[in-house]
Amino acid sequence: MRYLPGAILVLALLMLASLTVGAASVDLTTIRQDPYAMLVLLESRLPRTLAVALTGSALAVAGVVLQSLVRNRFVGPETTGTAESAALGLLAITILAPGAPIWARMGVASLAAMAGTALFVTIIRRLPVREVMLVPIAGLVLAGVLRAIATFIGWQTDLLQYVDGWLMAGEFSGVIAGRYELLWIAALAAGLAWFAADRFAILGLGDQVATGLGLSVRAVMRLGLAVVAVVMAMVMTTVGLIPFLGLVVPNIVARIMGDNLRASIPVVAVFGAALLLACDLIGRLIRYPYEIPVGTILGVIGAAIFLWMLYARPARG
Amino acid sequence: MIRIEDVSHSIGPARILHDIRTGFPKGRLTALIGPNGAGKSTLVRLVGRLENLQSGRISVDGHDLALTQTLELARVMAILGQDTAIASRLRVRELVAFGRWPHHNGRPRADDHARVETALENFALTQLADRFLDEISGGQAQRAHIAMCFAQDTPWLLLDEPLNNLDMSHSRALMQRVSDLVRRQGRSVVMVVHEINYAAAWADHIIAMKDGRIMAEGDPDTVLNQRTLSELYDADVQVSRHQDRPLVLHHA
Repeated sequence: MRYLPGAILVLALLMLASLTVGAASVDLTTIRQDPYAMLVLLESRLPRTLAVALTGSALAVAGVVLQSLVRNRFVGPETTGTAESAALGLLAITILAPGAPIWARMGVASLAAMAGTALFVTIIRRLPVREVMLVPIAGLVLAGVLRAIATFIGWQTDLLQYVDGWLMAGEFSGVIAGRYELLWIAALAAGLAWFAADRFAILGLGDQVATGLGLSVRAVMRLGLAVVAVVMAMVMTTVGLIPFLGLVVPNIVARIMGDNLRASIPVVAVFGAALLLACDLIGRLIRYPYEIPVGTILGVIGAAIFLWMLYARPARG
Repeated sequence: MIRIEDVSHSIGPARILHDIRTGFPKGRLTALIGPNGAGKSTLVRLVGRLENLQSGRISVDGHDLALTQTLELARVMAILGQDTAIASRLRVRELVAFGRWPHHNGRPRADDHARVETALENFALTQLADRFLDEISGGQAQRAHIAMCFAQDTPWLLLDEPLNNLDMSHSRALMQRVSDLVRRQGRSVVMVVHEINYAAAWADHIIAMKDGRIMAEGDPDTVLNQRTLSELYDADVQVSRHQDRPLVLHHA
């Protein structure tokens, strides 16, 4: 637990910075006398900061869960077809029941995401265990196929704009109060994962050990898939696809403090939030007052970290 | 007592076990011996519910395997599988501590911590307790897995080839530890052993398997004789005696 206080401090500083950075100037020391700045803070800055932090932590935790389900470190929730399946689900309900309320749309997106992730896990479990690199490749192929189906249906039904919006590199510039609250559900799902941390850690030891210790492998599997699916569905519909985060953060944390998930999941959550917030801030500052999407920044930084990971730790899983 | 009644098992078209009907006696150290592919591991894995039972019936101290919750079974028997290579980056102590999970479900008490420390000590792992599993040798990791099973502290212990990767002194230490559990604490142990003299020296009950069938069973003096063993392994084997136990000589 000794890494947690430092990580929380960094996150707090980044959140403060995020509250003050933007086209309109917000001075936190004089804000009580400035109703306009207060409005900007409460309607735009605070929602955005919270949205980034919630997304970052939920995605990173979903990454940990997914990696322990498939026992492979080279996958993240964004490379397994989860988002593409959620997009297919959303497409389906948009076409079949255009007037469906938001909770029904979210429910369908989550169920579709769960089905897609389950398909990925089923494929993975048939691969030889030693083929560490086949796992991410299978995920990318599956994601590509599902994306192609979504694009085709989107094209045929004139809904391509929606599909692009869901599967495009994510960004937070459109977040204001009232348009990010679904992310709390993603954070809740991540919290549930922490509650069941021991179960995921034991499942990561293999089906044999898990069964020997009296766990129902199927039940833990279902719980994990539900967590990943809900997180991805909420994040994708609210902000779009965020690359690399769910892949990179669990890896860095595991390398430092290992896979005792009860201890590491809080660190993963805080670190995920801090990394995404840092990338968002860079995107907001680099061409100030214009913005570069956080997905783009994270793509560059994440790719560098991923390469380092591959070389620093050859195929040991 | 573990009762096995009319258990058959196939993988695809291959019959692995043919109508096995036997029992593992309580309070004894039982060794399963036989050539590769005899079905020993499959039998142990079926008892440990790592494989689904296809036909027949197995009960452990009266708990029917098909009708008992897996968590309840985890408090009756611990099983060590053969595949102990894992991708998780856990410290040795964390792995051993998971052995207590069936008893506390995530909320360990002082007693649980004490038992983990005892298990670490028993397998000479105290020095390694804070090392990551992927940074120690295969034999050390094997000992950590065995220590986890011991920490589970169940009346029954099933070990599938526990001596894999272990050197002579650690193998002997493990056998001593196991026989201690049986004789002093009244536990029951079933193990698959390849080095037959470990069975000869320590086991109370031996089950010899070949081609998915039981060829002979009984105490070491009845099973470990020249005729049975030569037939079991299709090789010329001589049996001598050492310290009043059979000693199997298999050098050609």
